[in-house]
Amino acid sequence: MLKIFKYSFFDLMRSRWSYVYFVFYLLIGFVLLFLNNDTSKAVITLMNIIVVLTPLIGTIFGVMYYYNSREFTELLLAQPLKRTTIFLGQYIGVSFSLSLSLVLGLGIPFVAYGVTQSTAIFDFISLLLVGVFLTFIFVALAFNIALSNENKIKGFGYAILLWLFLAVIYDGLFLISLVLFQEYPLDQFSLFATIFNPIDLSRIVILLKLDISALLGYTGAVFQKFFGTNIGIIASTIVLILWVLLPTFRIVVKAKKKDF
Amino acid sequence: MFKSTKKMNKNLTIITLLFTYLFRKIIRISKKKKIVFLCSVLLPVSVFTQQIEVCKTCPIKTVKEAIQNAAPHSTIKLKDGIYKEYDILIDKPVTILGSRKAIIDGNNKGYILKIVADSVTVKGITIKNVGRSYTSDYAAIYISKSKHFVLEEIKAENVLFGFLIEKSKKGLVKNNHIFSNAVVEAGSGNGIHLWHSDSVIIENNEVHNLRDGIYFEFVTNSKVINNSSHHNLRYGLHFMFSNNDEYHNNEFRDNGSGVAVMFSKNIAMTKNKFIYNWGTASYGLLLKEIYDAEIIDNTFQENTIGINIEGSTRINYKKNNFISNGWAIKIAGACYANKFNQNNFLHNSFDVSYNSKLNDNNFTNNYWSEYTGYDLDKNGVGDVPYRPVKLFSYIVNKTPETVVLLRSLFVDIINFSEKVSPAFTPDNLVDKQPLMRKIQ
Repeated sequence: MLKIFKYSFFDLMRSRWSYVYFVFYLLIGFVLLFLNNDTSKAVITLMNIIVVLTPLIGTIFGVMYYYNSREFTELLLAQPLKRTTIFLGQYIGVSFSLSLSLVLGLGIPFVAYGVTQSTAIFDFISLLLVGVFLTFIFVALAFNIALSNENKIKGFGYAILLWLFLAVIYDGLFLISLVLFQEYPLDQFSLFATIFNPIDLSRIVILLKLDISALLGYTGAVFQKFFGTNIGIIASTIVLILWVLLPTFRIVVKAKKKDF
Repeated sequence: MFKSTKKMNKNLTIITLLFTYLFRKIIRISKKKKIVFLCSVLLPVSVFTQQIEVCKTCPIKTVKEAIQNAAPHSTIKLKDGIYKEYDILIDKPVTILGSRKAIIDGNNKGYILKIVADSVTVKGITIKNVGRSYTSDYAAIYISKSKHFVLEEIKAENVLFGFLIEKSKKGLVKNNHIFSNAVVEAGSGNGIHLWHSDSVIIENNEVHNLRDGIYFEFVTNSKVINNSSHHNLRYGLHFMFSNNDEYHNNEFRDNGSGVAVMFSKNIAMTKNKFIYNWGTASYGLLLKEIYDAEIIDNTFQENTIGINIEGSTRINYKKNNFISNGWAIKIAGACYANKFNQNNFLHNSFDVSYNSKLNDNNFTNNYWSEYTGYDLDKNGVGDVPYRPVKLFSYIVNKTPETVVLLRSLFVDIINFSEKVSPAFTPDNLVDKQPLMRKIQ
């Protein structure tokens, strides 16, 4: 598996898109800090970007990589290799290289502007962690979609739709249901609703880190109790890990049965 | 008969001449020996303001004894040491002086100083361990129906109430440090508590870890200047039914729910700082039923709600800074003819929250950090109006739970569409002349 991982990783490291992605984050980081010069403010702005963008890039890149490397995969399948190792290796290769672009692209400007000395260092680290989690989750979801769809166009369509659903439509439905059922206690409901969407979950984890917890007011007491404490942080991390593991597990199952 | 009167007249003139001569002579002498003359005049006064010393080895060992023996307007000097006394009644005009090491320890029983006379001054001493009670307002210093009182440089420690001032006039409370270790609201008191008083100046005090830092009820013509009120359970400053008061240059930090000003008229608030009042029901400043107030040059930073306004009319908000608050201004209703001019709104999650479609308040010439318009004629005023009330803040007002969706992409999208064509937010609540640069 390590060998496949290395292969895909270095293959991607040589690809133009990794560099574009890396340079994009580098630019965003520098521009934000240049305009703001306040690392903690920049962290907030960055949150908006990371929460929306890493899933998008993750899904598109994952689907693209799977379809592009199909011939290479078929070649590998002809070798005496386990299917699990091939697909997991590829998956981890893609996720890892994307995460590396993210961490380096944002890390360099922020370290250059002295985030290590500022109080925002923990916020920044948790932001990067969330970004990495989101990358792993959405690449896994993308692989799932690609494995299930032979048709490239269909695959891309589903991938985009998945991103659109989780990033925008889900929140819209969430908002409508909150407004419609405002007569009822909604704390538990909204807690569950956020757990089922990794984008929402990461957004709220970061928001609470950035001390907006008080905004939730009395109505959000359950939220604050849940996410504001260490248990909440551990629980949300576990949920994010589950969000990585479950799709990965499905990749393994699907890959084993798939007829090439 | 005629002759005799003439003679009398002559006599009178001689007498007057003699008197003027004598008078001049006296003045000349007194000029030469001025000091002696003055001393002879002041001598009876210095006898009048006698000084009583109190210490463990002095003839007078307790404060109570000293007050009993003191003549009106005398000075009682407390030497360093601990005086375990409480319920000390001061019923005559005296001055009590001492250093920080002169400690009156109430042993957790009752009031410590009870002042019921005019012209009482207490300066420099430490007072600690006031009684705890759920039924009596035990205070370090209790003042009732007194005029011209001065409380200065006092350290009050472990108190229920710090200074409890009732029905008093023309006082000065300056440079004091009052603190306790309040845990629950019901079992704690206020730092400086004024009730039914007039013309009191409260200056340079530090009050913390109490219920309310400074409390005003039915207090008129008073000033609160340069105080620092922090870490109190409830309000940093609490203002009820108090007209014509001013407070300037105070700092209210990290209090349970900030500062509350209610049911009052003609209040001026300038250059105060309201900082870090975070919490589920917290705000920098709560205004309720306030008329004709001036709120100028204040800073509201990192509060859950910067200013919470309810039923307040004809208020000028000018040159205030709202920095990184959850809501900078939350207007609840029945607020008319308020003016918001030249304020800075910087990085607040919500700039203005408004709960009705009717708007009679004026927002002009403010700087909004989220303003995205342009200024083609370069006059420093944006060419596109700014709408401080977003659709999302309207939704959050209706359904508070939706705040969970703060900063999500969907919310940005609906905010944008509302900005383009307002349907839910009051369409005249708009800053037609938003500034392009921050007001310094």
